[in-house]
Amino acid sequence: MAKVLMKGNEAFAAAAIKGGCKYFFGYPITPQNEIPEYMSRELPKIGGCFLQAESEIAAINMVYGASCAGARVMTSSSSPGIALKQEGISFLASAELPCVLINVSRAGPGIGGIQPGQADYYQSTRGGGNGDYQVLVYAPASVQEAVELTANAFEIADYYRNPVMILGDGMIGQMMEPVELKEPIIRDASPKTWALTGTGGQRTHNTIKSLALEPDDLEEINLKLKAKYDVIQEKEVQYEAYNLDGAEIILVAYGTVSRIAKAVIDDLAALNIKAGLIRPITLWPFPYKAFNDLPATTKSVMSVEMSFGQMIDDVKIAVNGRVPVDFYGRTGGNVPSPEEIVCKVKEILGGAES
Amino acid sequence: MTVVFKKSVGLTDTEQHYCPGCTHGITHRLVAEALEELNVLDETIGVSPVGCSILAHKYFAIDMCEAAHGRAPAVATGLKRVHPDKVVFTYQGDGDLASIGTAEIIHAAHRGENFTTIFINNAIYGMTGGQMAPTTLVGQIATTAPKGRDPKHCGFPLKVSEMLATIEGAVYVERVSVDTPANIRKAKKAVKKAFEIQLSGEGFSFVEILSTCPTNWGMNPKDSMEWLKENMIPYYPLGNLKKPQEAR
Amino acid sequence: MKDHKFIISGFGGQGVMSLGMMLAYGGMLEGKEVTWLPSYGPEMRGGTANCNVVISQKPISSPVVTKATSVVAMNLPSLIKFEKNVIAEGNLFVNSSLINEKTSRKDIHDYYIAANDIAIEMGNDKAANMVLLGFILAETQAISLKSVEKVIEKLFQNKKALIPLNIKALNIGYEFN
Repeated sequence: MAKVLMKGNEAFAAAAIKGGCKYFFGYPITPQNEIPEYMSRELPKIGGCFLQAESEIAAINMVYGASCAGARVMTSSSSPGIALKQEGISFLASAELPCVLINVSRAGPGIGGIQPGQADYYQSTRGGGNGDYQVLVYAPASVQEAVELTANAFEIADYYRNPVMILGDGMIGQMMEPVELKEPIIRDASPKTWALTGTGGQRTHNTIKSLALEPDDLEEINLKLKAKYDVIQEKEVQYEAYNLDGAEIILVAYGTVSRIAKAVIDDLAALNIKAGLIRPITLWPFPYKAFNDLPATTKSVMSVEMSFGQMIDDVKIAVNGRVPVDFYGRTGGNVPSPEEIVCKVKEILGGAES
Repeated sequence: MTVVFKKSVGLTDTEQHYCPGCTHGITHRLVAEALEELNVLDETIGVSPVGCSILAHKYFAIDMCEAAHGRAPAVATGLKRVHPDKVVFTYQGDGDLASIGTAEIIHAAHRGENFTTIFINNAIYGMTGGQMAPTTLVGQIATTAPKGRDPKHCGFPLKVSEMLATIEGAVYVERVSVDTPANIRKAKKAVKKAFEIQLSGEGFSFVEILSTCPTNWGMNPKDSMEWLKENMIPYYPLGNLKKPQEAR
Repeated sequence: MKDHKFIISGFGGQGVMSLGMMLAYGGMLEGKEVTWLPSYGPEMRGGTANCNVVISQKPISSPVVTKATSVVAMNLPSLIKFEKNVIAEGNLFVNSSLINEKTSRKDIHDYYIAANDIAIEMGNDKAANMVLLGFILAETQAISLKSVEKVIEKLFQNKKALIPLNIKALNIGYEFN
């Protein structure tokens, strides 16, 4: 199929439909409005349903209902809206219901701004709602990667019976790039025999719940979830390791910032500084193993984020004290420039020498 | 031996956890009987709330899920949009529906969602231990209104049925009570009517059932029934507030 | 080929977004890497709108343009806001139909083209952005005139009547000197 020039948000939506999405419940918020707008146009054409909810809270609970009903369902929002959806996300994770969530994130806290941000790393990877749970979090760095991850997300959600989040940012959502829509990679998910469809007189009634008042019962549920998360951590890690051989400094960046980091690596090469990049594609599960074999040449690992330092916690866990972990970040909707990052790298490596 | 009475096959054999004298048992039975008589038990999906009836899914022999506090109408919306040919209902108490879930119930009605809501109004928070609800009567004692509800401090009790009846998409709104056998029979008719309206695809149907909470009211079951009749019915008058032909 | 990094700015309705999109689309048709990034949010509700376009042979690191090889200013606020973003020896394209001022910078190539006047003379004021685009293509050689003509044919396939007008405006701009 020929490439088409598509805006990130429309590409998310088109890819979701490619991935089997038939139901969408959402609420307007910048900078992701092209997603619900696209869905409102396209879902009725395939016998699906788009519904604008009265709030983000209602939207995620409609997602919960549609997922209970056995449907492939999605919602999208941006940072403060995702914060409101955490109640439902915790319920979905608890009841082991599949769904896809797209966060076209912006700078915060509070209502913050509408320019791109990556300060939702904690909210996404630490379980933004209550309780011990995880959602799979994918961070695309281009519109092409966004469509591939989104189309595959429904299969993964069904396979693990777990919510899957695509964490983009305002930049990925708003920009246009050439994309090629591809067919999703099919997983062998079990049939949804647990879904609420009415018994039809064919089976005993199904119940979907998260209440468990007996500590031992609830612990059993927690352990079952934990076992699932362990499998996901083992099998679903995705990352890109770029130019690591002989690197004096390794940048760690995801999404929009990782693209800039690649430009930084070129700029540093011109200054005779060898730099590499570890780009997590899955933020949860985090690619700790990507840090197992750091080159002997590496003097520093530097997390670069559009936040004042959230992913750096995982980078520190991964590096585990072997080399210093440094940081450069911009916030408020500012995107770090290659020049700023180069400057910071020179400062770090210069400091190491003196 | 001749069977003169049996419980609805819409109910399971699980022992219910409700307090002695609580009317949830009665209202569960009315819902199950109505669905059984309409022959749709196998085609029904229910949503239980947060509150005393969160465990309703253990007592109804039908497909059900729990919803987060107040969100049952949003969950039911998702279910019904996927399965428009199934019967969908929410069963919600007054803390769930009239307080934290007001946005969800109003907008489900506003969209004319074709499902049924059974609203249990017992003028108090039951499961959490007797706190004041939006529906708690003026002067009524609650654990968070130790001197009785003072309207100057926290407003007058909310009349949910009257409010919903103003919404175009709500096609059937009726308030009933389960304080006497006669009223229970009327309540059953209303519940059945609500499901019939859903089956005919006419839109959102809503039955408010005035109920008792002897434990948190601090009364015995008999006095509770009396209290309901003398205090709740005058403020929450029984009867139909809206029928399909009145809806545009 | 060196990278082309554009900032294209004007007020809503001048067609700055579509001008940028056509550049990106044309670049894609030539098999190049392209990004188009609009300004978004409240500033889109009236006032100044702008977009960034990058055209490159290599994967594009950032779609954000701060050091532009070309700035296109369709109104005065755009000139004031973005003339500083042009790199040394870069290009500044000024719509002199609406902007009487000239840049004070001496280290860049500045061009003044009365895009609206030319478009009105040609028969449609709305084609001013196409006149300007044609001129930009001639000066920057970012992508070929042919590619943009193909873009116009694709974008207006449901409004075919508008194709000749836009292609004409594009060519007038291209040949303007």
